[in-house]
Amino acid sequence: MSVRDWPIKRKLTAILVLISGLVLLLTSAAFAGYQYWSLRQATRDALSVRGRIIAANSTASLAFSNEADARELLSALRADPHIVAAVLYDKGGHVFAAYPADVAGNAVPGVPGPDGYRFERGRLIGFQPVEEAGSQRLGTLYLASDLAVIYDTLRLSGVIGLAVMGVALLAAYLLSMVLQGTISQPILALAETAKAVSTRQDYSVRAPKLGEDELGALTDAFNQMLGRIADQKDELQRHAADLERRVEERTHELQERNESLRRNAAELLAANTELDAFAYSVSHDLRAPLRSIDGFSQILLEDYAARLDEGGRESLHRVRAASQRMGTLIDDLLKLARVTRAEMRTEDVDLSGMARDIASELQRAAPERQVEFAIAAGLKARGDARLLRVALDNLLRNSWKYTAKRPGARVEFASVDANGGQAFAVRDNGAGFDMKYADKLFGVFQRLHSAAEFEGTGVGLATVRRIINRHGGRIWAEGAVDQGATFYFTL
Amino acid sequence: MNPGKILLVEDNPDDVALTLRALKSHNITNDVVVAQDGAQALDYLFGTEGKSPAEKELPAVVLLDLKLPKVNGMEVLQRIRASEGTRLLPVVILTSSDEERDVIEGYSLGANSYVRKPVDFVEFTQAAKQLGLYWLLMNRAPPVPRRP
Repeated sequence: MSVRDWPIKRKLTAILVLISGLVLLLTSAAFAGYQYWSLRQATRDALSVRGRIIAANSTASLAFSNEADARELLSALRADPHIVAAVLYDKGGHVFAAYPADVAGNAVPGVPGPDGYRFERGRLIGFQPVEEAGSQRLGTLYLASDLAVIYDTLRLSGVIGLAVMGVALLAAYLLSMVLQGTISQPILALAETAKAVSTRQDYSVRAPKLGEDELGALTDAFNQMLGRIADQKDELQRHAADLERRVEERTHELQERNESLRRNAAELLAANTELDAFAYSVSHDLRAPLRSIDGFSQILLEDYAARLDEGGRESLHRVRAASQRMGTLIDDLLKLARVTRAEMRTEDVDLSGMARDIASELQRAAPERQVEFAIAAGLKARGDARLLRVALDNLLRNSWKYTAKRPGARVEFASVDANGGQAFAVRDNGAGFDMKYADKLFGVFQRLHSAAEFEGTGVGLATVRRIINRHGGRIWAEGAVDQGATFYFTL
Repeated sequence: MNPGKILLVEDNPDDVALTLRALKSHNITNDVVVAQDGAQALDYLFGTEGKSPAEKELPAVVLLDLKLPKVNGMEVLQRIRASEGTRLLPVVILTSSDEERDVIEGYSLGANSYVRKPVDFVEFTQAAKQLGLYWLLMNRAPPVPRRP
């Protein structure tokens, strides 16, 4: 496990122990250095004192060249086991006496070196001038001491230092074990809480706060965050529940609407079927009696004319006219019903072409009339071609009819702008109508002219409106008496 | 005058009377056999059950109304076209209705013509005359198939 992955407790302990160890080490090193240095000073001072004493004592031996005396003096150095060698040189620099007596010639310098004490090759050596009071130099004393004193002391210090360090580290370790808790405890608590939150999705748990320090602030912030998350989660859940409820409501509503639509469709289908059956039976049954009325009236006129006076014949003619008119009415009503029942097939319809066809048809049927048709080119729409043809036929036929008494009759079919949208217009300069009655134009059997003036059943415009309505469009009219009329429609 | 007969299938006695008068007024004197419903028409053409047809000779043309009691006009037409002996028999639908579905169904079932009875008796007379002249005089009737 790399250090990075250590538990925080161990990391804290390690840091504390490491820091204490380092501090101890540095302290010990400084102390050891100082001790080494002071020991060297002390040792040198001690040797130099000793050298001066011996030098002072050996002046007589040198002055009188008493070798035995000198040796004895030197042999007193035995008392100090650290003195490894001593030599007394005479004035000429020759070895006068040596200690220990059997010291090898090459173990001590053959001639005295410069005066003074110094460390050399693991030893402390010194050359002490031997002088009489009168400052006459008699010779030189050489002393060599090993450094065991220094090293023994240092070793002892080292052992003590290590022991202290060991105890101190142990103490640091134990102390850190106890003290790191103040830092690691809140962090561990936080970690524990976070884990509980993430595994159980439980946002109600709170990390215990163990102090007012930064970790305390962190714990507070964490707990606040949990609180907010819990609130938001609650809110989300409320929203979700609300949404679900609304979806359910809407679904229910939709189902109800679907149900009612289905019912409506079924009712519509039933109504259509009824209308179909009604129209069919009207078509077959209602005209038969009219045929009888007309037929037998005609037979009366043919076979019994002699027995009828003028009034009787006139009445029979009226009966016939009425029955024929009723036949036309029935036919027109059936057309209107057919327009309502017919299935719509939407396609692109060339209205201009359709209008031209109708115009030439009208012209052919009554070649004696002079009517100018102005049909705009390229008018197109989407719708049911057959129904639109019926509508356009009715409108153009109307214009044709109501311009019958007008010299210079003109019928126009064009596209106009109506409130920003496209509208088609059929305009004529015929009899027109009073705008007072504009709303009556499109009602079934509603007529603004007598049959004597202009014949008609009052079903045509109702049929046109039905067709336009079935296309989702609108139809309206403008006009004035004797000023012509314009019928607008949108698709 | 062609001796062929006319089979008029018509339930309304007024229409029968008017049709007969209209034909007569144009000197179409061929025998007109009237069937008052679809069943009678079928009896006439195919014979009642167990009996052979009353007439050996087929009519020159059938004037067929659509809305009839018992067996309606379309069924009569269907039976006529389905039978080997009568499948080429000229049939003219003569009815009040000009409902598109009747026209389409009539032609689909093999009607030779579809004429709507006008309310105006003068026009009706004209129509009857035209029909008589065309189907009895101008039209070449199909060969009479051998009866089994």
